[in-house]
Amino acid sequence: MSAIAAIATPDAPGGISVIRISGEDALKIASLIFKGAGDKSPEEMEGYTCAYGYVTDGDERIDDAVLTVFRAPKSYTGENCAEISCHGGRYITKKILRLILKKGAVLAGPGEFTKRAFLNGKMSLTQAEAVMDVISSSGERELRYANAVREGAVFRRINAIKEKIIKILGDLAAWADFPEEDIPEVSPEALGKELDEVLTLFRKTAETYDYGRILREGINTVIAGKPNVGKSTLMNCLSGFQRSIVTDIAGTTRDVVEESVKLGDITLRLSDTAGIRETEDVIESIGVDIAYKKIDEAELILAVFDNTVPLEKKDYELIDYIRDRKTIAVINKSDGKTLVNKEYIKENFKHVVEISALNDSGINELKDCLEDMFLKEETEADAGIIANERQMECLESAMQNAKEAKYALENGELLDAITVLLDSAASKLMELTGESASETVINNVFSRFCVGK
Amino acid sequence: MSYSMGEFDIAIVGAGHAGVEAALAAARLGCSTALFTISLDQIANMPCNPSIGGTAKGHLVREIDALGGEMGRAADKCFIQSRMLNKGKGPAVHSLRVQADRMRYHEYMKKVCEKTDNLFVKQGEVAEIVCEDGAVKAIRTNLGAEYKVKAVIIATGTYLKGKIHVGEESYESGPDAALPSVYLSESLVKNGVELRRFKTGTPCRVHKRSIDFSVMEKQDGDEEIVPFSFESDSDDMKNIVSCYVTYTNSETHKVIMDNLHRSPLYSGRIKGVGPRYCPSIEDKIVRFADKERHQLFVEPMGLETDEYYLQGMSSSLPEDVQLAFLRTIRGLENVEIMRPAYAIEYDCCEPTQMKSTLEFKNIKGLYGAGQFNGSSGYEEAAAQGLVAGINAALSIQGKEPLILDRASSYIGTLIDDLVTKGCADPYRMMTSRSEYRLILRQDNADQRLTPVGYKIGLISKEKHDKLLKKIENIEKEIKRVKKLNIAPSKELNEFLAEKGTSPLVTGCKLADLIKRPQLGYDMLSEFDKERETLDFAEREQVELQIKYEGYIEKQQEQIEIMRKMESKKLPENTDYSEIRGLRLEAAEKLNKHHPENIGQASRISGVSPADASVLAIWLEQKGKMNEQL
Repeated sequence: MSAIAAIATPDAPGGISVIRISGEDALKIASLIFKGAGDKSPEEMEGYTCAYGYVTDGDERIDDAVLTVFRAPKSYTGENCAEISCHGGRYITKKILRLILKKGAVLAGPGEFTKRAFLNGKMSLTQAEAVMDVISSSGERELRYANAVREGAVFRRINAIKEKIIKILGDLAAWADFPEEDIPEVSPEALGKELDEVLTLFRKTAETYDYGRILREGINTVIAGKPNVGKSTLMNCLSGFQRSIVTDIAGTTRDVVEESVKLGDITLRLSDTAGIRETEDVIESIGVDIAYKKIDEAELILAVFDNTVPLEKKDYELIDYIRDRKTIAVINKSDGKTLVNKEYIKENFKHVVEISALNDSGINELKDCLEDMFLKEETEADAGIIANERQMECLESAMQNAKEAKYALENGELLDAITVLLDSAASKLMELTGESASETVINNVFSRFCVGK
Repeated sequence: MSYSMGEFDIAIVGAGHAGVEAALAAARLGCSTALFTISLDQIANMPCNPSIGGTAKGHLVREIDALGGEMGRAADKCFIQSRMLNKGKGPAVHSLRVQADRMRYHEYMKKVCEKTDNLFVKQGEVAEIVCEDGAVKAIRTNLGAEYKVKAVIIATGTYLKGKIHVGEESYESGPDAALPSVYLSESLVKNGVELRRFKTGTPCRVHKRSIDFSVMEKQDGDEEIVPFSFESDSDDMKNIVSCYVTYTNSETHKVIMDNLHRSPLYSGRIKGVGPRYCPSIEDKIVRFADKERHQLFVEPMGLETDEYYLQGMSSSLPEDVQLAFLRTIRGLENVEIMRPAYAIEYDCCEPTQMKSTLEFKNIKGLYGAGQFNGSSGYEEAAAQGLVAGINAALSIQGKEPLILDRASSYIGTLIDDLVTKGCADPYRMMTSRSEYRLILRQDNADQRLTPVGYKIGLISKEKHDKLLKKIENIEKEIKRVKKLNIAPSKELNEFLAEKGTSPLVTGCKLADLIKRPQLGYDMLSEFDKERETLDFAEREQVELQIKYEGYIEKQQEQIEIMRKMESKKLPENTDYSEIRGLRLEAAEKLNKHHPENIGQASRISGVSPADASVLAIWLEQKGKMNEQL
């Protein structure tokens, strides 16, 4: 049976989340994404053992995690299983799940782990009815959810893509199935153009996923700068502005403090880093390393400069380091005498805000600047947010098929092969509504083309 | 007053394209078979287009042939023009279509039936099906003759309570002025069959001398003819006739619009549901009002007649209006109508009442095929007739039924669509209906189905051995070209450049070159001197199987998943409302359709994946409980 995966812990913020993979290939898939601190890969590990290590996507480390291996038949489902315990953030957990799905697992259906457990003889007959209840209630939940999203903006977006693909398939079907009618020929050029449009829609919708997350989970933001430019003051000042503190996590190191603050419509997950300067102090130098690491991971950098001091070597280095990143340059102490080279900062950063952390001025400008950066293009009424992994899985797998279709077309493949790839894309999108792709295409043909003897 | 006239294993009601295939298959499998027709002169008649094949339909004909049916051979014997459609669009959609001689086709099929052992051709109207304890026992004709039978196959086409409409006039009739079947509907309903009304139509037949072909576009057949039957030899095949194309114009449309009120379709006198792919000309003009012209094909009905068929001009307008609008068309200004166009309404059943064997779920021994099952088209009918005939025979002989799944064939796809999803209007096969169409090509129908036909007993050992040899040759050659190293050379690179593909820098396998869209197996023969001579069909398979390897593998994976679900059989008398965890909607649908397996259940609209999972668990639990007993 092909491997299935899902988040096993409740979809809520918590200390630790568990992702479960089950199936013949479960350990193989786990090995593709997990690098243990030891030298054994999950595939080589024995049952009932665990390893500490990193979840990685290529060279990128996503999270540190503990992986537990269960070997068939000694697991919950009776199949090979891997359970990954990662840090509790919903974003990280979902990111890891998506990575696992990308590596070949399929998102588990309602109650599927339990179903497999039963089918593999892990449960007694008397438990079967309980299993059916689990499946039907989670199926019911998914169905309710599907009905709810049907009204939603994302669904409309997915529908728009689906309709576009159905139209292309309608063109292809009419052309292939009614060659003797005067139906416009489908040229590879025109088809390529339409596929490009479909792929653009796909990408836009997939990006919305991240946008949705931004609204829900906040932007991973780091406040960076030399010591004493006012980073902590800025942090405190933002905290003061906030209406509610979402979480307050004590940092895992002594030098990074994390806090979530809401600024207007946007939530920032703030890290205050140790100041960036060369230091002999071992402990502080660790702090500096962490600061650069945090900058690497951040989605937004608030680079703080002191208005009253000229730029120096460490400032220039920081500017060089972050020039191409999503950054707001914050010039602090605007109440004091300007000695800093403002022109140089403005040349290097698109967004520059002057504040006085001391007397709270400029924070509103900072808020506006953030909304410009993150919300401006997305505030149109129908911008959808994909909140559901099932939708995302269907979307990504459909997108993959559409990409393959485009590739096959560019490669000069014949249209019958391309049609089949697009069929798969349409079917995947229609899984969300339970429609039949083939019927829909045929209806499309008859509603648009005058065909028949 | 009825009287006994003997007994048969199987009676077939109707000798159209479904009935003939059913009768031949059943008789060839050793069952004594009676083929009833209202008129012996209507056997395998083509009351509409004198043509066999076309997109997806051509696939069906090749599959019928590969499985041991007659239609392919008949079409090869009686065609007068042959064309392979969709060349250049990819092998999955290549489809063979021929223009056939209508009378010769009828005579050929009648003769084959007459010559077949165990087959008894009888003129008579079957009026009653006699059932006892939910099983077929006998049939009675309108003259009172009773025959004891073990199975009946209903293949009544458009005869069942047939009613023809031409303009304001209508009368009870079968197609082509044959008598309708008047009594059978009532008997079917009494036995628990649900009937409904469909409608179809046919255009005028016109006289050759009244057509000006010189102003029309001529359409000729292929120079190299591909036969339908894997047995036929293409050497002695040639095209005899041409077809022609002309167009309607604004004047034609005006005449039709001005007279729309005289159409029974628009006045509401016709209640039956018509086919979407075969609209009448008035339908086309109303629905696609912005289309300036509609094309029509002018096709000969045969060699010994001057009748021509006007494809695209089906209509139920009055005869005078038909003449008026035809005469506005270029080349038809002086046209002389021989048979007017008409619409015909008929009784048929909702096919979800049947199993994949085409046997009714609630009446043992009663089968349906063709238009009676809600389909449309000669090829669709023949395919179902063949499967119904085979299954009726296998059932009588106590053998395993023949169930073709969606991955095996277009025939399987057609039947699965009908019995699982049903149809809201007459069902026509289309390539877009098959999710596995890169595998279900017309060129490999023999590899897919001839072994099945051999196992059943419709294919001779000789024919099967020939296929095995062919498959062996293909596989050997594929293996060879996958291994064969090709080194870059000046000649090769010049050739590659000429074909518009990149030169070789390092060596590669010959198969890699064949895979390139710009190249093919045949054109690389010069760089592959050790090649053994294979015939065309074998070379074609080598090329296609290499070129489509990736896609074929992908589809094969999907097929395996599908087959796993299909193998989970659901017991026949299940009361789904008693299964815990099934949603009400799903239970209702399942109780109505009684699917044969979980795969089929999951294709019924209203049955969700979670419902299918619940069924799987329930089935497993039931199995384990039985084991424990």
